[in-house]
Amino acid sequence: MPEARAAGDPSPLDSVEARRGVVRDSLAVGLATGAYGVSFGAVGVASGLNVAQTCALSLLMFTGASQFAMVGVIASGGAPIAGAFTALLLGTRNTLYGLRLAPLLGWRGPRRWAAAHLVIDESTAMTVTRPDRALARTGFLTTGISIFALWNLATLVGALGGEALGDPRDYGLDAAVGAAFLALLWPRLDQPLARVVAVLAAAVALGVVPFTTAGVPVLVAGGVALLAGVLVTPRSSTEQARRDPG
Amino acid sequence: MSVWAAVLAAGLGCYLLKLAGLSVPTSVLDRPVVARVADLIPVALLAALIAVQVVATSHGTLTLDARAAALAFAVLLLWRRAPFLVVVFGAAGFAALLRLLG
Repeated sequence: MPEARAAGDPSPLDSVEARRGVVRDSLAVGLATGAYGVSFGAVGVASGLNVAQTCALSLLMFTGASQFAMVGVIASGGAPIAGAFTALLLGTRNTLYGLRLAPLLGWRGPRRWAAAHLVIDESTAMTVTRPDRALARTGFLTTGISIFALWNLATLVGALGGEALGDPRDYGLDAAVGAAFLALLWPRLDQPLARVVAVLAAAVALGVVPFTTAGVPVLVAGGVALLAGVLVTPRSSTEQARRDPG
Repeated sequence: MSVWAAVLAAGLGCYLLKLAGLSVPTSVLDRPVVARVADLIPVALLAALIAVQVVATSHGTLTLDARAAALAFAVLLLWRRAPFLVVVFGAAGFAALLRLLG
């Protein structure tokens, strides 16, 4: 890629060394993350999707929490469209990641369109800490591409294996979905407000289960985040909020 | 809506959400209310998904069974900093064991 080098660029040897380190770290994250596509593949067919539909989700949606959410709603008897809405709501966080990544990566046109598909939790995490654009791009591409390749391969393996297994409940795969969601939620519970929102959202969802069709309780619980975000103003940002109403 | 239509529509939608982030001016996120709601939405959705996945039945009733026990086991694993795969398949194995015994 013909790019102007930033002023004060380190010597070529240092920059090769730094690049190697970023590639090594990114590949490690890519391997670890891509491998759990096996669990998505197994859960996908356990939820009633066929192998092709499960693989299409990994190829086209390519964002783990949304994929698990979609098959989770369908598994609990929800309408596919309710699953799609839940997946889209969860996918909104990738929009926020994109906002942070755009100035770091600095891509336009077709390169931006291609890069957009790789915007997920892990590729963002391996990009935002880099000191310059070249290393940010290296981290983003190495992590994103290695996860994409492995995630899709692993999904296929898990889906084929899952279909051959028989009744997924005998293997506890229905319980695996809840555990996967919890593992995705866990790192976000380090703030008190997040813990309160999590407990309230779970309670609201269970409260409306008897009165609604599957999939709807999760969307209703999303309202807890909306209310908490609007009503609870952290002391540190009160000044800013006052200057910027709405 | 068929499963295939939902898969394709949600896949395209999730891609467009990613592309929008790379294309939108950064000033949108500077609004504190937008930033807070955006931070909390995944928390609320995931917590609700866990609750429904683990406690609700397909008939719209609530029950505590092997899934809830497996979730408690997952909490223990996460608290001991087990990696993702160990948590997911550990919980599955725990539920399977309970069903085998019960």
